[in-house]
Amino acid sequence: MAGLKRKDILGLKELSVAEIDLILNTADTLKDIATRPIKKVPTLRGKSLVTLFYENSTRTAKSFELAGKYLSADVINVSVSSSSVQKGETLKDTARNLEAMGVDAVVMRHAMGGAPQILAQHLHASVINAGDGMHEHPSQGLLDMLTIRQKKGGLSGLKVAIVGDSYHSRVARSNIYGLTKYGAEVWLAGPATMLPQGYEEYGVKVTTRVEEALEGADVVNVLRLQLERQGRGLFPSVAEYHKFWGVNERRLRLAKPDALLMHPGPMNRGVELSTSIADGNQSVILEQVTNGVAVRMALLYLLLGGGESA
Amino acid sequence: MSILIRGGRLLDPASGVDRIADILVDDGKIAAIGAGLTGDRVVDATGKVVAPGFIDIHVHLRVPGQEYKEDIRTGTAAAVRGGFTGVVCMPNTKPVIDNVPTVSYVVNLAAKEGLCRVWPTGAITKGSKGEELAEMGEMLEAGIVAVTDDGRPVDDAERMRQAMIYARQFDLLVMDHCEDKSLSAGGAMHFGKVSAELGIKGIAAASEEVHVARDILLSLETGARVHIQHISSRRSVELVRWGKAMGARVSAEATPHHFTLTDQIVADMNYATSTKMNPPLREETDRQAIVAAMVDGTIDIIATDHAPHHIDEKDVEYQQALFGITGLETAVGLTLDRLVRPGILSLEQMILMMSTRPARLVNLTPPALTVGAQADITVIDLERTWTVTAEEMASKSKNSPFIGWSLTGAPYATIVGGALRMLEMKVVAQ
Amino acid sequence: MTEPKALLMDSAQMNRALSRIAHEIIERNKGTENVALVGIRRRGVPLAQRLAARLQEFEGKKVPVGILDITLYRDDLTELSSVPVIHKSEVTFKLPGTIVILVDDVLYTGRTVRAALDALLDIGRPSVIQLAVLVDRGHRELPIRADYVGKNVPTSKREVVEVHMTEVDGEDYVALFDLPDEAH
Repeated sequence: MAGLKRKDILGLKELSVAEIDLILNTADTLKDIATRPIKKVPTLRGKSLVTLFYENSTRTAKSFELAGKYLSADVINVSVSSSSVQKGETLKDTARNLEAMGVDAVVMRHAMGGAPQILAQHLHASVINAGDGMHEHPSQGLLDMLTIRQKKGGLSGLKVAIVGDSYHSRVARSNIYGLTKYGAEVWLAGPATMLPQGYEEYGVKVTTRVEEALEGADVVNVLRLQLERQGRGLFPSVAEYHKFWGVNERRLRLAKPDALLMHPGPMNRGVELSTSIADGNQSVILEQVTNGVAVRMALLYLLLGGGESA
Repeated sequence: MSILIRGGRLLDPASGVDRIADILVDDGKIAAIGAGLTGDRVVDATGKVVAPGFIDIHVHLRVPGQEYKEDIRTGTAAAVRGGFTGVVCMPNTKPVIDNVPTVSYVVNLAAKEGLCRVWPTGAITKGSKGEELAEMGEMLEAGIVAVTDDGRPVDDAERMRQAMIYARQFDLLVMDHCEDKSLSAGGAMHFGKVSAELGIKGIAAASEEVHVARDILLSLETGARVHIQHISSRRSVELVRWGKAMGARVSAEATPHHFTLTDQIVADMNYATSTKMNPPLREETDRQAIVAAMVDGTIDIIATDHAPHHIDEKDVEYQQALFGITGLETAVGLTLDRLVRPGILSLEQMILMMSTRPARLVNLTPPALTVGAQADITVIDLERTWTVTAEEMASKSKNSPFIGWSLTGAPYATIVGGALRMLEMKVVAQ
Repeated sequence: MTEPKALLMDSAQMNRALSRIAHEIIERNKGTENVALVGIRRRGVPLAQRLAARLQEFEGKKVPVGILDITLYRDDLTELSSVPVIHKSEVTFKLPGTIVILVDDVLYTGRTVRAALDALLDIGRPSVIQLAVLVDRGHRELPIRADYVGKNVPTSKREVVEVHMTEVDGEDYVALFDLPDEAH
């Protein structure tokens, strides 16, 4: 059986259903490694992985790091504040230097959409996009889909409500591209200043009324509110945001009784969602984190597990 | 106590009413319309026009914090004296009305002390500083009917764009005081021949037009409703005309002083600060363009921008004086005398511009002369000639350039929620 | 690969060999106390299940059967042109104190068994590991030997031994084939 016939994972938009199935199935199989006593398999022994983070992130970086280590790869973390990047090194030069050091894969997070594309063009090594600006965050989209699939048995025909600042959200975009490929019904809800244009052509429904999106939903995925957007005139206050778009118990009851509550983290408790539902029995937020490691292991295995291909 | 308005010409174009009849007002509502009705108190409207209550959606009541200029009692007294059954008050107070407690304060105080209905507006941005959005959703629930940073423009176009997108969710009208402050800085009157002769730094018409254009374009971009306040220049009028033709959801208001006066009056009245307001009085071509736009509907409504100030704030050098004049008590007189009687504006148009449309812009049910409707009624007398005097003014502030003017046409009676508040230009004692 | 070169075992011979192995397991371990079978994917699994059925028949006690997927432990992944699909391992019984008998269809170079030992030891620590194979075809590349062998078949490196099982392939037989010439 062939693996992924591609060098890089830059987004979900270009992946086929067959490729996504392969990744999710592989992730499902690898998941147990992270939960058993010996969290190691020798599969990627001798492979080197660099996480290159131009934007701060603890959880995604650590998740990739653990994924690599569970597979016995050598992992190095590079963050902007502590590297030649801050000395003004261009992306192209960074890529070339990594190549010269013999790195097998680079996991990159960057504030500008399209940056991983540039890196991928200049590297023979595999590039995994860990989030590029407002563009995509494929491993997050995949772990969200894996979580839904585990709990609901599939993705087709489900109503998935994504609540919050989807305009600025790469998580929302990756979810949209992934979920619509499987025939899920995706809704975006949030303040008008935070809704993207143009996704209606994917069949996505867009509303400023969160109740409309939550009605009968199978999945509620709540996005983090970036508080600094208040200073940029996108919403007036945390209190008003929570009042009109916060997912609280009353609003969650509009969804199906067995609806999943998801959040990419980190949460602002009491802002985009109330604390009681974050800890409630519909929340699968912690499963998302576990699945995150599994998905990232799957991506590394599928990209690096074989010999020299493409 | 029921009130019988007897024998007047009932005129409510929006409801298709135009007939001579009696109106019986009882229990806050219009109980009956017909002939030969009886009531406890009679208001003789023979020869007069009975209209749905007038609403002024641009009034500075100066509450909270500036009650030395005007307060709810005196401001609404001025309103009813001028024939208004309701006013929408501006939020540039101290503190700015940008949060729920302040909105509630105004709403509650007005309920207690207001002689007419009072609806507050909320600020667009916190403190009207033009940076962070004010909590429009919360304020809407507390009782605002529109948002505006009036007194100031929203300087940053991107902020204005986001604000319009945000306000649109709540179907809140965004009222804008159009002024590019970099173009108007330091000016005290219209930039033109008169300002050159008087030696006063001028405010170019472009300072308003630039923002009018901007707001119309942003309205087209965002689909939000935007309202151009106190329009003063002919090019602003042209821009609104263009915007409407392009399908923009833009509305505009004109003040009585802008359709009556020009910058010449600053010279004629010898630097009187009762001629100083923002935007300033401009040239005759501007005034004529405004009147023409009122007739063709480009300008939707009449609003006074009633801006009371303390005498100490006006009785100083022209450049030092605060901008603003009062207007509630002279609006009807000026409209009748200068536009209706000469046949420029019809009575129907006047009523649409002073009652029905202002209400609709701020999502209020327009007053109507139909049985069962709330009894908010304005009776006007087209024949009465009177002189504007400072002593008779109910407003605390007497800064009006029309003092001493003789006008033919006056408000006759004001009924708010079934209560007679004004008769023959005197506030009725409660 | 079309025609087999030789039929090494038919269905009856396979089953007889499995019965004998089952008896050997019982004899060597003095019963089936603490014995568990772990089949190496893919065909080691039905073999382990058949062995477990015989052990139960002979001793009257049920013997647990686990499944081991050794893909992640292979030492030849880098030589593959594409990445193999991985499947789950399932070892639900506890390993300490257990005699685990790994079961596979063909023992050849010994590398699969080596990977299976690593995979098993990353799951837990059995007290003893033994190896049962249906066919031992020689050519060990590592020091690995089976404890129980169904049939020893001397082969050349240019030949392939294929085990077919009803549970997977629809019929039982073990056959010998020549490698096609291009396969090197």
